Amino acid sequence: MRTVCVVGVGMGKWGEIWRMSLRDLHTQAALSAIEAAGVDHLDSLYVGCMSGGLFVGQEHLASLLTDYMGMRGLAATRVESACASGGMAVRSAFIEVASGMSDIVMASGVEKMTDVDGDDATYALATAADQEYEVFHGATFPGLYAMMAVAHMEKYGTTRDMLSAVAVKNHNNGSMNPVAQYPFKISMEQVAKSVMVADPLHILDCSPITDGAAAVILASEEVAKKLGKPYIKITGTAIGTDTIQLAQRDDLTTIKAATIASGKALEMAGKKIDDIQFAEVHDCFTIAEIMVAESIGKYKPGKAGEAFLAGESALDGSFPINSSGGLKSKGHPVGATGVAQVVEVYKQLTGQAESGRQIPGSPKVAMTQNMGGSGGSSVVHVMEVA
Amino acid sequence: MTMFSSRNWREYPHRYRTEASKFKKSGKTYIPKRLVDPETGDTEQETVRLPETGKVLTHTIIRIAPSQWGDKAPYALAIIELTDGTRLMAQMTDVEMDDVKVGMEVRLEFRRVQSEGSHGVISYGYKAVPKWY
Repeated sequence: MRTVCVVGVGMGKWGEIWRMSLRDLHTQAALSAIEAAGVDHLDSLYVGCMSGGLFVGQEHLASLLTDYMGMRGLAATRVESACASGGMAVRSAFIEVASGMSDIVMASGVEKMTDVDGDDATYALATAADQEYEVFHGATFPGLYAMMAVAHMEKYGTTRDMLSAVAVKNHNNGSMNPVAQYPFKISMEQVAKSVMVADPLHILDCSPITDGAAAVILASEEVAKKLGKPYIKITGTAIGTDTIQLAQRDDLTTIKAATIASGKALEMAGKKIDDIQFAEVHDCFTIAEIMVAESIGKYKPGKAGEAFLAGESALDGSFPINSSGGLKSKGHPVGATGVAQVVEVYKQLTGQAESGRQIPGSPKVAMTQNMGGSGGSSVVHVMEVA
Repeated sequence: MTMFSSRNWREYPHRYRTEASKFKKSGKTYIPKRLVDPETGDTEQETVRLPETGKVLTHTIIRIAPSQWGDKAPYALAIIELTDGTRLMAQMTDVEMDDVKVGMEVRLEFRRVQSEGSHGVISYGYKAVPKWY
């Protein structure tokens, strides 16, 4: 298997981008990644998108998007695993380069979520849960994570302040990210007093509805060296799956798919969790960041919340999490999220993060963890400086 | 979003009669019925009806609901472990939402769950009520 490098990344502004369509959002991110990498062609494209069908009534995206990129004829495939679609696209591109079949492959992600109203967006997102045995009974995504939060609080004494601390920290990081949807700071009080969505989760515990796209270009190390631009290596990649139906899980307080994926990705990279110096994780809800930090093995079950309150996950902490602002502040255009996590790691490892957000101490090893639904799928990547 | 009645009709055995798969090797029971035991790969099974009582493992109050629920929110939702260990998700009803607690003993009852599509075809199924109710 060949070494696979990230040689360029691209992302436009995320938010409620009413003047841009799904195809425009994607084209903007894709072309900026191509420009950044300085490649003169692509061998293929994997695009992650959860639900073009329900959000804008458009399927058959891969061909449409290559056309609008000015690359008719390019080999292109859409990849879907709910909110983990983007990370899965990165992994698919990785495999194609690692195998030697292609030298330069783009992994991108896109979601256009604000063409429908909030109720319909909630419906579209809920299709990542079990339609007949969760959604039929009225489950929503905030509701599923709320039930995990209640179980976690009951078992480990996790508190409102621990949840709020995740949102406050991520908004602080996002306030320094120019592409973030909500680049402003919030307080613990604001989180606790914001409107309730699904008890005990308030609106400021939830990631937003976002329009956005992100793209990364993966290439063999030979190509990366020739390009002469900063590059990083992907040294581990793995997927874990689990039942998508929350009720069927033995333990409601842990995310098994993330445990499987991080274990395999670390093994592939020849690393241990304590070798990882910072991470971008899937904080679709504040409780998710706590549960993921435990599920990937960084903290013992029930111990992440305390560590977060003590500042360990802050930019200057011992294990910075979501320096980009995470899904919470940067936004969560579901199909694009897993790709944007790789964008952030690339920026951090090549020292290109915007002023104030660069993690101190020139870290060399990082992890991304992207998640589908309530934890029915997870994809983890380990990345290192070249 | 339009649902079609055949999609609901297919689920009648589970929703109306709580029919479930009980696998021979593991002794585990799953609703809805499935062809393969996810833990053992076993395919030998019998159809059983679930016990009516159990307890709340976790719960929430849905205050913002998907489009098909219209103005039904807020409503309480719970994951319930039945006395045989089978788990399922159901709405809580005939109880003050704030009174739902982890460990609360409940009983499944046959109730109206929602209505589907623009014609409002009514879908029935199980909801959970407090055991003493």
